[in-house]
Amino acid sequence: MPSITFVEHDGTEHAVAIEPGQSLMQLATDNMIPGIDADCGGECACGTCHVIVGAQWFEQTGRVGDDERQMLEMTPEAEANSRLACQIEASASLDGMIVRLPEFQM
Amino acid sequence: MSLYSFAVNTTARLIPMHWQIEGVEALLKLKKRTIGERPVPTFVETPVADVATLKLHEIDVSNPFLFRQNQWQAYFKRLRDEAPVHFQKNSPFGPFWSVTRYDDIVFVDKNHELFSAEPIIFLGDRPEGLALETFIAMDPPKHDVQRKAVQGVVAPQNLKQMEALIRARAAEVLDGLPLDEPFDWVQKVSIELTGRMLATLLDFPYEKRHLLTYWSDLIGGMPETTGGEYGDKQEIFAAAKDMSRHFAALWYDKKARKDAGEAASFDLISLMQNSEDSKNLIERPLEFMGNLSLLIVGGNDTTRNSMTGGVLALNENPAEFAKLKANPALIPNMVSEIIRWQTPLAYMRRVAKQDVELGGQTIKKGDKVLMWYVSGNRDERKIDQPDAFIIDRKGARNHLSFGFGIHRCMGNRLAEMQLRILWEELLKRFDSIDVVGEPERVQSNFVKGYSRMMVKLRAKT
Repeated sequence: MPSITFVEHDGTEHAVAIEPGQSLMQLATDNMIPGIDADCGGECACGTCHVIVGAQWFEQTGRVGDDERQMLEMTPEAEANSRLACQIEASASLDGMIVRLPEFQM
Repeated sequence: MSLYSFAVNTTARLIPMHWQIEGVEALLKLKKRTIGERPVPTFVETPVADVATLKLHEIDVSNPFLFRQNQWQAYFKRLRDEAPVHFQKNSPFGPFWSVTRYDDIVFVDKNHELFSAEPIIFLGDRPEGLALETFIAMDPPKHDVQRKAVQGVVAPQNLKQMEALIRARAAEVLDGLPLDEPFDWVQKVSIELTGRMLATLLDFPYEKRHLLTYWSDLIGGMPETTGGEYGDKQEIFAAAKDMSRHFAALWYDKKARKDAGEAASFDLISLMQNSEDSKNLIERPLEFMGNLSLLIVGGNDTTRNSMTGGVLALNENPAEFAKLKANPALIPNMVSEIIRWQTPLAYMRRVAKQDVELGGQTIKKGDKVLMWYVSGNRDERKIDQPDAFIIDRKGARNHLSFGFGIHRCMGNRLAEMQLRILWEELLKRFDSIDVVGEPERVQSNFVKGYSRMMVKLRAKT
């Protein structure tokens, strides 16, 4: 079964099955992944579903929109491969992707 | 930059800030005698009308007694149901739109290219002579630069280091509270704890921390901006002078210590001095004072009134208090629910940058728009049983109180931490916290809060 792995800041791994069409944020919250707050519920308006995507997967997660970039710039924990999980659409092509969670969501 | 800002910034290099304020005050007095001053609305309290008796166009939610008299719920429910994007032509603050449904509020908050946050987030315009500039009321790109310079002070990494200090200070306050006799929770707990927190964040002289609370109350409580009670211009100018003197002294003291090679500390002014973009902020007095004002107001009324509101909510819902005592692990979720239920800041203002269609209405370029968070947080279309206080509510974090988009509250994690620590420490000590009598509420259309709430504590056996 195609899956994506979320790695908590302390190293704990959670593999979740990909449900095509859902956002990565929805996958995380549906599977109760700790460390994804999703305060705005997927509006790209709060920055609390911040994930850091493995470098080899970054291109495949799609384009970073202007509003997403602006929200990411507000967190001091942002890295070059940071994304908001609500802006990544899960699909079978992301099978095996690993995303790390920051220590804190802002 | 306006001519006024330019003049203030240029002279700031030569003249201390409090002398500048004195100069502005003198000019305004002269203007008052010659061409007259901009009229300041006065508010005299009368009983708020039953909203059912009003026509839609008569509904004016800028009335600063709606919260004071606890009549707001019926007003906003009527607007949500019948006129979710509502225009009030003739308020004491001039014409303005009210956006009252959750989804519409998110739309306005997110679309900062359609709706400007400048020049102020209160309904009424800034008082003459006190046109402070703060990043909550700036659009990108200036906003982004200034916010980035200071947001580190409330970054979670920093908070982790501060948690023990905050807990120790909370414990000290709670251990000194009287048992089995009524006292004012607002003064003794909510104001005291938030004052201590602000002094810590600013590294402000601890014994003078009450000044921070006082300044913040004045800034957020002027009649022309929020319908508040602090209308004495002389008092306000005196406070502005005093505040600028204190903050300038703090700035130069920090600078001297930094130049002498002292290790950087985490306080706000040190952070500003360590950032390339704000290291000379003191040379731009309107921004310097503006951003400090923002941070003390942002950390004052908000947390204070959530600290009081939580106690009130649990008193009105004793079954929830029983649930909490049986399962203190619910505290973090309850904190979100308190912040939603209370919504300590009722709205944020925007100005349309172009004509915008919303909810079947056309908001014209230049119109003022209020996003009523307090109403969106009770929107039946989005939130199940919105008026109920449910400490284990599912999705409790999905509330509007921190705003959304680029102006989202910077201190949200600090606020949540303070409230969490308060409730952890309260549950350790007290078996009951009973509200005695009806609380007194603040006169304002912006701050939804309490001026007095008598409570009685019973120790845990």
